Amino acid sequence: MPRIRIGERSIDAPSDATVAAVMLHAGIGTFRRSETGEPRGPLCGIGLCMECRVTIDGKPHQLACQTYCREDMEIVVP
Amino acid sequence: MTECDLAILGAGPAGLAAARAASRSGKSIVLIDENPATGGQIWRGNARLPLPDGVQFLNTARVYDVRSGFEIDCLAHGTVRAAKLILATGARELFLPFPGWTQPGVMGAGALQALAKSGLPVSGKRVLVAGSGPLLLAVAAALREKGARIVGIAEQAPLRRILPLFRRHPGKLPQAIRLRSRLLGVRYWTGVWPLRHEDGQTVLSNGRRIRSDFLACGFGLVPNTEVAQLLGCRLDEGFVAVDSRQQTTVEGVYCAGEPTGIGGLEKALEEGERAGAAATGQTVTIRRSHTGGFVRDLAAAFAIRPQLYDLAGPDTILCRCEDVPYSAMAPMREWRNAKLQTRCGMGPCQGRICGPIGAHLFGWKPDGVRPPLFPVPASALVRVETPPAPENDRSDSGHSLNP
Repeated sequence: MPRIRIGERSIDAPSDATVAAVMLHAGIGTFRRSETGEPRGPLCGIGLCMECRVTIDGKPHQLACQTYCREDMEIVVP
Repeated sequence: MTECDLAILGAGPAGLAAARAASRSGKSIVLIDENPATGGQIWRGNARLPLPDGVQFLNTARVYDVRSGFEIDCLAHGTVRAAKLILATGARELFLPFPGWTQPGVMGAGALQALAKSGLPVSGKRVLVAGSGPLLLAVAAALREKGARIVGIAEQAPLRRILPLFRRHPGKLPQAIRLRSRLLGVRYWTGVWPLRHEDGQTVLSNGRRIRSDFLACGFGLVPNTEVAQLLGCRLDEGFVAVDSRQQTTVEGVYCAGEPTGIGGLEKALEEGERAGAAATGQTVTIRRSHTGGFVRDLAAAFAIRPQLYDLAGPDTILCRCEDVPYSAMAPMREWRNAKLQTRCGMGPCQGRICGPIGAHLFGWKPDGVRPPLFPVPASALVRVETPPAPENDRSDSGHSLNP
């Protein structure tokens, strides 16, 4: 079970879970801020709408719904 | 560069059925999908058709360009060259804007299903399912079996429109009854739609105000036709035009499943089978198909009511990538004009979400597509080639930036 960090929190995530699934389960609904600063979270769940973009291990604009959790992954949320 | 006789884009039911049929020919086949496993959205990681022996599967391979020839550029695997191509690219949900639809917790019906299948526990969660189409019931049933509390299903189509579907396609009735029996005790309102969503509550057109953890709301499906458009395949009313052998208007390019008409699993399997046989030179049995009629009748049964086009307020965001509100888009004449003036459709989703909204609300015809089909790292666009060995001294080149 990979341990990942989301902001200040450390979470044990199932390895067959996506980052988006783990974030929502952790009660994090806001994945990014829109152009005008609105909170946004996953919309399409299949990698097309780009609303679930987060920074993973320093790489910005990664799709949380398409990325599976790995040990020591670090996710930055707004 | 991977070379093959046939490349199949999409490993959902249509793509897998195509792979199965095509593999009987003994030709070399590559199946390409952006997900980690086969199955597409409907079977997601739990495919009910196996990957046929001898078919090479390229996973997490997001296709961002396809050129005639055919050369397919995909992330993680580079370029695949194929003599023939089958497009089994599936569909996405149709989203229609209402006040509050951009808030976290509001997502597609299929989206919540996909998230639940990729590790989101929904047990004990209150879920309101809304929008339109058979997908709502399928999603509600699946989520309920995972322990979610379905607090209602709001279907915008009126019952008097839905029922004729079963008179004309009685074979679909047992399926619907089975689905409904998995939802005993769950309220299914027809002719009801969300008016707005605020503070975790959804106000429905029947006057109810419902609190939920997730509002799972999709208004039907939109075909993924981007690759077909890129290759110049003709579309008819938004769907890829095919002949009786599933060939598009471009020689050597076949299409199967939702991109040729939203018709669900049976149609996808039937068309995939046909496309796979046709693309590998096997005899194609052209049975009289009922799926064409079903596509038309399904669309009629769940046709979007015009009231849904009036839900957005002036401040409601229509383009979520660029935060373009209704008030900025409504005065525009057409899609191109709207793009240039407001930047709608120019963000990272490339109009996949707001394009269908513009088409529904304003009747705007979508723009053409251009590569790359997805935002990709610049490194993916740079082709690194070994330069030929210089024959002359470099000082002769005359192209130096620092003479």
